[in-house]
Amino acid sequence: MKETKLGEFEEVILLLVGILGEDDAYSFKITQEFKDQTGRSVSIGAVHSTLSRLEEKGFLTSEMGKATAERGGRRKRIYSITAYGRRTLEISRDFKMSLWRQFPQFGFEFDGLNFSR
Amino acid sequence: MQKELLEKEKFKPPKLAQKFLKWFLRNDLYEEVEGDLEEQFLACLEEYSLLKAKVNYWYQVFHYLRPFAIRNSKLIHLNQFSMFKNYFKIGWRNLIKNKGYTFINIGGLSFGMAVAILISLWVYDERTFNKYHENYDHIAQVVQHTTANNKIYTGTQHPFPLSDGLKNSYEEDFKYVVSATEIQEHIITNGEKNFNELGNYMQVDGPDLLSLKMIKGHRAGLENLHSILISKSLAERLFNMEDPLNKIIKLDNQDELKITGVYEDVPKNSAFRELAFIAPWDLFLSSNTWAEFYLDKWGYDMSPVYVQLQPKAKINEVNYKIKDIINNNVADEFYNNDQKISLHPMDKWHLYEEFSNGENTGGNIRFVWLFGSIGIFVLLLACINFINLSTARSESRTKEVGIRKAIGSLRSQLIYQFLSESILVVVFSFFIALGLVSYSLSWFNEVANKNMEIPWTSPFYWVTGIGFILLTGILAGSYPAIYLSSFQVIKALKGAIRSGHLAIKSRQLLVVFQFTISVILIIGTIIVYRQIQYTKDRPVGYNRDRLISVNMRTNDIHDHFEVIRNQLLASGTIVEMSESSCPLNTYCTGLGNFDWPGKDPDFLAGFSVFWTSPEYGKTIGWELLDGRDFSREITSDQQGMVINLSAAEYMGLENPVGQTIKHDEKDWTILGVINDLIVGSPYESVRPSIYMFAPSVSQVASFSFSPDISTQDALRNIESIFKEYAPGVPFEYQFADQLYAKKFNNEVRIGKLSSIFSILAILISCLGLLGLASFTAQKRTKEIGIRKIAGASTFMLWKLLSKEFMLLVTLSCIIAVPFVLYFSGNWLDNYEYRTNIPWWIFAFASLGALLITLLTISYQAIKAALMNPVKSLKSE
Repeated sequence: MKETKLGEFEEVILLLVGILGEDDAYSFKITQEFKDQTGRSVSIGAVHSTLSRLEEKGFLTSEMGKATAERGGRRKRIYSITAYGRRTLEISRDFKMSLWRQFPQFGFEFDGLNFSR
Repeated sequence: MQKELLEKEKFKPPKLAQKFLKWFLRNDLYEEVEGDLEEQFLACLEEYSLLKAKVNYWYQVFHYLRPFAIRNSKLIHLNQFSMFKNYFKIGWRNLIKNKGYTFINIGGLSFGMAVAILISLWVYDERTFNKYHENYDHIAQVVQHTTANNKIYTGTQHPFPLSDGLKNSYEEDFKYVVSATEIQEHIITNGEKNFNELGNYMQVDGPDLLSLKMIKGHRAGLENLHSILISKSLAERLFNMEDPLNKIIKLDNQDELKITGVYEDVPKNSAFRELAFIAPWDLFLSSNTWAEFYLDKWGYDMSPVYVQLQPKAKINEVNYKIKDIINNNVADEFYNNDQKISLHPMDKWHLYEEFSNGENTGGNIRFVWLFGSIGIFVLLLACINFINLSTARSESRTKEVGIRKAIGSLRSQLIYQFLSESILVVVFSFFIALGLVSYSLSWFNEVANKNMEIPWTSPFYWVTGIGFILLTGILAGSYPAIYLSSFQVIKALKGAIRSGHLAIKSRQLLVVFQFTISVILIIGTIIVYRQIQYTKDRPVGYNRDRLISVNMRTNDIHDHFEVIRNQLLASGTIVEMSESSCPLNTYCTGLGNFDWPGKDPDFLAGFSVFWTSPEYGKTIGWELLDGRDFSREITSDQQGMVINLSAAEYMGLENPVGQTIKHDEKDWTILGVINDLIVGSPYESVRPSIYMFAPSVSQVASFSFSPDISTQDALRNIESIFKEYAPGVPFEYQFADQLYAKKFNNEVRIGKLSSIFSILAILISCLGLLGLASFTAQKRTKEIGIRKIAGASTFMLWKLLSKEFMLLVTLSCIIAVPFVLYFSGNWLDNYEYRTNIPWWIFAFASLGALLITLLTISYQAIKAALMNPVKSLKSE
């Protein structure tokens, strides 16, 4: 998978950050969203450690949000996806597409629908 | 108000978890994480109970124990921790730097540990013998102690009424009392398939007593007279994949029995390992019509009896109660012997199986001690290598010790350091040893006739393994640690420390110890082999070559004896064939009621009796010393007997031939005297034996092949005869020479094992010596250079360097002598027929040890002696 260095779990988390957007992309919400989307439950700690790893790799940036009343005035760390992160996701998707197109039975369908732009 | 507060308090995350989180979490993360977790807690609370939410909170907290989130606190990276890291780093560098010594240390230790592991597996297996049976601590076999001629003989056969007698009179003590037959070969037939299988007849409670693990059916399967329980492996052989339950099989081509149960095969380390089937005891009684006569007779010993005690019963008390039950019941005036019984508990069957004069004296436990101590000693030898090399090479590390001390290392820290180094070495060795063990286990199993496995998954095993590592590490490392850490700082830094007198002396002592052990093991091995060879050379008294015997459980061959014999003789297949009551390798009948002229009336005589057809002597080729053999033509020979030399001496007859012996109120004439045949153990003297002509005997058929025919052809001819006349009997034969060779199995096994161990012992000792020799040569490089310049020859230098070690090994050989004499004398005392220990064995072994030593050290000595003095003096 070239030099994207993105694991399956990391990729999903990265996508979820993109989906949740500015307000909700913090550890707890991402964890919940992960459970809703995949049906797999995972600890906040695991998600948090992945988020910080993704940040180290430069796929994400983060900053502390504003204090709100709902959690005793404690601030959240909001993550947002970087251009590099977005690019990596696209490369990862394209790579999979190219693999799928080579896959005997499904290749036809994809080609027929001109699924790959 | 208070209540409300409490309510509020209640719906907060667990405080302890929060504290814990605060304790380990990085400060900069704390705010966001705590917020997230609280949100999670509330979300959880909405859906589930408070308890579940709290548990979940704990769960979330624990999942933050990840490297990224944990603070870089000094609490985690203790100073001690980095010190240990440093110890291992330095230790590792030392290992890498001195590859030769490392190889010697690790190589020696791994061999030593491998031997120790193998032996401990073996000891474990021996000690768990019979423990497959759940109630092994309550099971016992009844043994009988008969007093005759002021000696007590112990046996396991008992009169038929004993089991009911015990059951009825001592109901409160026994849970089960089970009569059984000895485990013997029987023919099992299913349609076309027939096999010779080992099994026995048992009373109904037998399977419960043995706690057999039933795969199909149930343990009470022997209640019906025509039922049988079979082992899983036999079921597979008989029926492949089919369900064996309720199928009908034939036992000894006679009884048709329904399979009412299949049990898991009994493992190899049980006395009942061979049990392939169990048939009902009542069937044994009803199908052997002769048994009826003995059913209520207390004076005839017929069968083994097993018991299981009630949980509360104490074996000593029970023993006391039951000891006279036979004496009290025997009504036969003919039996006036004293016959006491006692219980031999199952956990002693294997290791304490011998009785001498009525006392349980021991037995296989000897080998547990013998091999156990060999294992410990071999490991000790390897540890000594480590000790010697580390103390000898300590000088190279004096500076390190000095600097560490100067910086502020405590002595205890230095001890830790050297101990952790030795544990590092031991851990490496342990894993190499595990590799060696798993590689050699199948071989070891074969030699030791065992079925051992490495219990990889047993936590007990790993705990023992770790304990073993620590023990060996401390054993090998403690002396070097204490010695090295005792250096004084200033001297150490100045480099003024030379191995002290004491250190050299203790090193020499350890070398002497190593070689003493090795020499003892070598001489011991030689003596074992000598004993085996000596016994093998003992005249056997008959011709074992090209002689086979077939155990017969039907009369098919007997009924056609004449025809078969004529056919085989005519086809040139055999020289002779015969039938007998006992196999060639067992005394199976002992009788006492013989009377001869000049017999002391108080003497209770006992003979081994063989009933045979008249061709027996010619078939096995016994050696007639006096008189003549049986003859079928002379009808009066049916009242004749042939006796062996031991019997003639036992009876004290001057001219035995022609004498009349009274037996069963009939007169028998001695026709001839033969040389002793070795029937039982070749280490024991031959029992006085009587061979009698019995026309009805059919238990064993023997065939001696004609010299003009190949073995394969002879076997093929005999097999076709069997197919013709005994179609239901599997043709399974045994060669007489192989049967005889089996008698040496035990001793050959000991010989093989002890030779391997002694070779390893000497190898390990030599490895250590090699290390020491190269170290001395290195240390004396300058001295040798100067000596060479001064005109010393290579030979003189070689002598100089070898002298010390040669002296030590010579000393070891001398020290070994009394130990060897003592231990091997003890061992040989177990054998009635035994070799002596001649002096040349010691000379030979000592010479061998010296030669090996010389070879080991000469390489280093000569290398040092040949070195160019210019080079060796140039440095510095």
